Amino acid sequence: MSSAAPWAAQRAQIMRTSLGVGVATGAYGLSYGALGTAAGLSVVQTCALSVLMFSGGSQFALIGVLGGGGSAVSGSASAMLLGARNALYGARLAPVLGVRGVRRAVGAQLVVDESTAVALRYEPEGVPAARLGFWATGLAIFVLWNLSTLIGAVLGNAIGDPRDYGLDAAAPAAFLALLAPRLHGRSAWLTAVAGAAVAVAAVPLVPAGVPVLVAALVPVVAVLASRSKAAS
Amino acid sequence: MTWAAIVVSSLGCYLLKLSGLSVPVRWLEAPLVQRISALLPIALLAALAAVQTVATGTHLVLDARVVGVGAAIVALLLRAPFLVVVGVAAVVTAGVRAFS
Repeated sequence: MSSAAPWAAQRAQIMRTSLGVGVATGAYGLSYGALGTAAGLSVVQTCALSVLMFSGGSQFALIGVLGGGGSAVSGSASAMLLGARNALYGARLAPVLGVRGVRRAVGAQLVVDESTAVALRYEPEGVPAARLGFWATGLAIFVLWNLSTLIGAVLGNAIGDPRDYGLDAAAPAAFLALLAPRLHGRSAWLTAVAGAAVAVAAVPLVPAGVPVLVAALVPVVAVLASRSKAAS
Repeated sequence: MTWAAIVVSSLGCYLLKLSGLSVPVRWLEAPLVQRISALLPIALLAALAAVQTVATGTHLVLDARVVGVGAAIVALLLRAPFLVVVGVAAVVTAGVRAFS
C-alpha cells in the first residue's frame, strides 16, 4: 500500500482495483441497454450512445427524457448538465495525466466518476500509479460498459435487474474504499463529512448529477475561509 | 430526431470532458488552487459515496443499499481488501432485498 512497495506488486494491486471497478460499473450497462430499447431507441442507437457519450448518468438521463415523451432538446440539456462534473474531473486530472494531442483526445472520453476516483486514489503513491489507475479503469469500463450495453439492448429485460444482485451498493462501497486511505487528520475528515452532507442535502434541490458539483464547493469555501481568517 | 439528440448531446458531453483536461496546468499551480485541489478528491469521493447510497434520482431513499454500504464500512474498518469491500456491499444488499 505504501509508496515503497515494489512497482510490480503495486501495479498488480492497481489492476485488480481497476478491473473490480470496471466489472461493478460495467454490469450496469445491462440495465442501461435494456432501458434504452424499452425507451424506444433502436439497438444501434442505444449502443451508439454508450460509445459516443460514455457517461452513465448522462445516458440514463437522455433515454429517460426521450422514453418519457420529452423533447430531444430537454433530453440533451439534462445529459449535458449531468456531464458538467466531468469537466471538473478533467481539470483536476490534467496535471496528473499530462496528456496532449491524440492521448488527450482519447483520454478525455474516459474521464468519468470511476476512472477519476481510481486515479486520485493512487495519486499520493506517485504519478505513474495515478496514470495507470486512470487508463486501466477507464478502458476496463469502456470495454465492459459497451459490451454489456449490447447484451442488455438485445436481450431486454430477460436478464433481470442489477439491483437484485446488490450492484447498486457496489459503486458507493467502491468510492468509500477509494476514499478511506485519504482520511488522515482533521481537515480530511471535516472535508469528507461536509462534502457528503452538502451533496445529500442538495439531492432534492438540484437535478441528478449536480449534488457532486455542489460538494466540490466545500474545499473551495474551506480554503478561502481559512485564508481570510489568517489574513484578518 | 433521436439521432440528432444522440450526436449533439454526445458531442457536448465529450467537449465538457475535453475542456477540463485542456485547462492550462499553470492555472492549477497557484498555491490557493493547489490547496483546494488537495482536498477536492476527498469531497468528491465522499459526495459520490453518500449520494449513491441514499439518492434515487432527486429523491432521498433509505433502502437495502444503506445496510450494504454499512457492511462495507465494517469491512473497511477490518482492513479488508478493495474487492472484498465491494463484494460485501453487493452480497449484503442483495441478501436484504431477497429477505425483505
